[in-house]
Formats: sequence, C-alpha cells, structure tokens
Amino acid sequence: MLRLTDDEKALLDGRQGKARQKAMELLVRYAEALGAERFVDTHNVAGVPGSANAFLQSYYEARGAGAPDAIFSFFDLDSDELVEAPRAAVSSCHLQGGADPEHWQTLGVAPELFAGHQAREAFAARRGVQILKTCTPYLAGNLPVRGEHLAWMESSAVVYANSVIGARTNTEGRESTSAAMLTGKIPDFGLHRDEGRVGTHHVVVEAHVESVLDWGLLGYFIGDRVQEHVPVVVGRHGRPDLVRLKHFGAAASSSGGVELYHLVGVTPEAESVEMAYRGQGPRQTFAYGPAERRAAYERLNSSATDPNVDYVMLGCPHAALEQLAEAATLLDGKRISDNCRLWIFTSRAVRSDADRAGYTRVIGAAGGVVQTDTCSAFARAVPPGTRVVALDSAKQAHYLPAILGVQAWFGSTRDCIEAALTGRWSGSCP
Amino acid sequence: MSAGQPLAVLLLLRGRRVVGGCAEGEALVTRQAVPGWGGVDPVRGVITERHHELCGQSFKGKVLVFRGAKGSSGWSAMYHTARLAQSAPLALVFNELTTKVALGAVVMRIPSVTGLDRDPLDLIQSGDWVRVDGDRGSVEVLERRRAPG
Repeated sequence: MLRLTDDEKALLDGRQGKARQKAMELLVRYAEALGAERFVDTHNVAGVPGSANAFLQSYYEARGAGAPDAIFSFFDLDSDELVEAPRAAVSSCHLQGGADPEHWQTLGVAPELFAGHQAREAFAARRGVQILKTCTPYLAGNLPVRGEHLAWMESSAVVYANSVIGARTNTEGRESTSAAMLTGKIPDFGLHRDEGRVGTHHVVVEAHVESVLDWGLLGYFIGDRVQEHVPVVVGRHGRPDLVRLKHFGAAASSSGGVELYHLVGVTPEAESVEMAYRGQGPRQTFAYGPAERRAAYERLNSSATDPNVDYVMLGCPHAALEQLAEAATLLDGKRISDNCRLWIFTSRAVRSDADRAGYTRVIGAAGGVVQTDTCSAFARAVPPGTRVVALDSAKQAHYLPAILGVQAWFGSTRDCIEAALTGRWSGSCP
Repeated sequence: MSAGQPLAVLLLLRGRRVVGGCAEGEALVTRQAVPGWGGVDPVRGVITERHHELCGQSFKGKVLVFRGAKGSSGWSAMYHTARLAQSAPLALVFNELTTKVALGAVVMRIPSVTGLDRDPLDLIQSGDWVRVDGDRGSVEVLERRRAPG
C-alpha cells in the first residue's frame, strides 16, 4: 500500500501547479504498478525531457501538438491534458539525443528535424535542465556520490552509477525521469533498497581479462547469463579502469539487463565476497573460461561476413578523453581509406577537452569526425551506402545490426582504426 | 473467434495487478526477456533483436506472456510509441517485475499482471486464447491453440 507524505499529497492535489500534479499522478500509477510503499527524494535526475524522434515529431504535429510543451505533456507525463511545463524542481540533466550542433549535416539529419532538436534543447534548457547531451553524464559534469538516490535513464550510465560509484538508481524511463524532474520523487523500489542490492549470481573469471575488449566480452557474457540479476564477479582479471568498466557495464546491460554488479575488491559495495552477498549466498555459480570468451566474441561478430568495411564507429558509450587520445595516437600522420568513414562520438564536454589537447584536429586531419550528442544506433544514422561497419563496443555491436540491418565486426580500438585505414577487417579473437 | 458465446475457463492463474482493466486475445509466449529500444520496431509492433526467439514476430494486438523486460532504458518509450502507433500488445502477463516493464505497462495503459501462483510460461502457449483481468490480477485460458496442420 503506497503511503504519501504531506509534500507528495500537495503535489498530487495540484497545490504546486498542474504539471507537477500530472507528474505526481504518473508517479503514483508507476509506484502502484511496482507495489512500492513509498517514494524516495532525489536531487539528481538524468533523462530526455521533451525530446522527439522523427516519428513522435510527425505524430504530434499531425495532431496539432508538435510544440515541445505538448510532447512533454502528452508523452513525457502521459497526460491527456496539455500543461505548461515549469522549471525542474531538482538538479536535472539531459542525456544523449538530437545531433551535434557542428556536424549534424555530416550525420545526415534533415534541416527541419535538426531545427526541432534545437527548439527542444532550448525548451529543456529554459527549464533549468543541464544540456549534457551524453550517455556518460559521469564524464561530463554529473558525478554522483555513494548512496545518493538518483532517477537516471540510460542503462550504461545506470549500471556505472550503481556499481562503480555506489549511487542508487533503477533503470528509469523517459516518462519517470521527466516526472521526477518536476517533483524530486521516484518510487522506493529495487536498487534504492538494501535488499535489492544483494548479489545473486557468482561468476568466476578463469579466462584472460585485461584489455578494454576483454572487459566488453566478459560483460556481454555475464549479461546474457544473469539477465537483470546482480552478478558478483571474482577471479583472474586485471584491475580495471574507468574505460574498461564503462565498456563492461554497457555490454552487460545490453545482452541482459544488468543494473548493478559487484566486482570483488574493486567496487565499493564488494570489499569482500561476504559483503557483496550481505550474508546470503549465490543462487547460481558459473565460470567464464576461454570457451565462453570465444563464444561471446563469435556471437558479437555473427552478423558479419564481408571484410570490406565502409564505416568505423567508436565512442559507445561516449568516448572518454583518453580514448580520443588513443585514437589520435593511432591516426597521427595517417589517412583513412577513401572507401571508409570514421566517426567517433563523445560528449560536448569531452570534445571541448579534446579540442584543447589537439586530438580533434589530429583525428580530423586523418579524415575522421569527432561528433557529439548522439551515436549511430541512437540517431539511426550511418554514412550513406554503409553496409559493413566495424565497432569496438559490444553494446553498439549488439544493437546496430538489429536497428539498421548492417553487418557489424567487433574488435579492439586498434582493429577498428586499422580497418578505417585499410578499408578491410583483419581482426580476430585475441 | 467464438463471437458472442462465453467460453469455459480451461485454466485460471491468480497473481497481482500491475495495471488494471480487462482484455482478451491470442497469446504470444516467450521464455526470453523482451527487448525495448534497439530490439523492437514500435511502429510495426515487431521484435527485431537478432538473437531473440521472437525475432520478426509481431506483438500487436496480442497478449504478451513473457519472463520480463531487458535492455535499454528506452523500454517504456518504445512501447509507449507502439501505443500511439496502435501496435501495442493487448495485455501483459509476466514473471519478473522491474521498473522497465512496470513503467512500460503503465504508459501503454493495458491490463497487466504478474506474480502468478503458477508459471504462465509452462501453462500458456502461443496461440491460446487468454483473458487478462488486471483489476483481479487473474489470467484465464479460454481456448487452446489448435494443433498445427
């Protein structure tokens, strides 16, 4: 039975205005669906308020409701009534979406669609939403602290915040994050609660796990095996850094729905195996050996047969500064093949650092383009005529063939840059 | 199918309401978790994830009986879009309650139940005619799929 506090009742009664009332109504429907008994307060929301893809833009325009306020009312808040969107009540940021203000034409976005993106970005900014435009808010100015309750979308950011930082968020959706922005409330369910954070599956790493590629393969395997449960990972792996864990979590949340993992001796809620299970034990134990590693690699490469690569995409999740440095080093003084395009996606914040460090210029001189705000899967955009792509992200390799029907090779960043330089895939399972 | 005449209940499962309302139709059953963004075409109501056992099949107008939701945080927005495109399922019956599937059910505004007393994945087959009563939290099988051929 859901119990509301006085401030929640005031929101629901409309004493804070119509939009916050509609937001609270949606949150109550959602909390009741979950069987939650209360809300938690959140002061950190990450979503995509008021955004629209081509379908939503034309759907609502055809009904005379194409303005950002209308899409925010009818879609974000699932309201049957048009309401005026007020300022965000708590600190809120905009995740990936739209197109790079500098390179939207490279991406192939139609001018009217880009104008719509600009209008919706201004709509969000006017309401106090920080325009981070990235799937890696933790690299662009929104770094939560341990134990902080968040309402975040973007599965790769959710798993990073929960696991690596020890903050608390479920995988929220478009509608729940927009409602949380207006209210500072989110249902107390799942990963907000201690019992939701207990490890469930024991994964013993026996294969070699060291490189960024290795961590992606391990994540892809674990997500497929545990689905949305909480894996506890032990064994023979190297010490990961931010880039490795960014890839690992994104892979695990794509092949399955992992929202939290415990890496014993690395992540904050798993100083020991006992701590990760909070006195309970695993429901299942399994090993990740060389055979599982090879199977994950082959599964990620199963859509590709043609070695002639038309397009190389890096930056899923959005590239960290050191990844742009690596790409610049591999491309310095070289030129990519005339038959191939290279796009690298990152956040505006990181690109601005890369500009100052000279990486953007080096990558550009080699024929690559560093873009912000989106990626090929999210924007459904690849260079014209693309049939075969090369990717260093297990997440992107999981999604792009299904979204665009292209063949996708998966390998290391070095394999991908090599493919961009030669126009041919020569990677193999290392 | 059997217009007008009430059908006998062949099987009754009891669980709990996720979203209220009542609907009946043909079941589409999968033991696998169901993808959202990047794994469905919401406008056509078709699953597109390459390795999914339902890849290429439509959930439009079906009672979707499944384990749970997986993948991206865009789950609710995809199924919300399917509702606008009139390609959403008629009702949801699922085992594993997460924020993705709960929010998706809420914004699709379709009868949805979970926490059933027996496993619907063992007892309902694709093609069975099923009634979902979200308010009572019940699922009834009214007619079994005809044998193929």
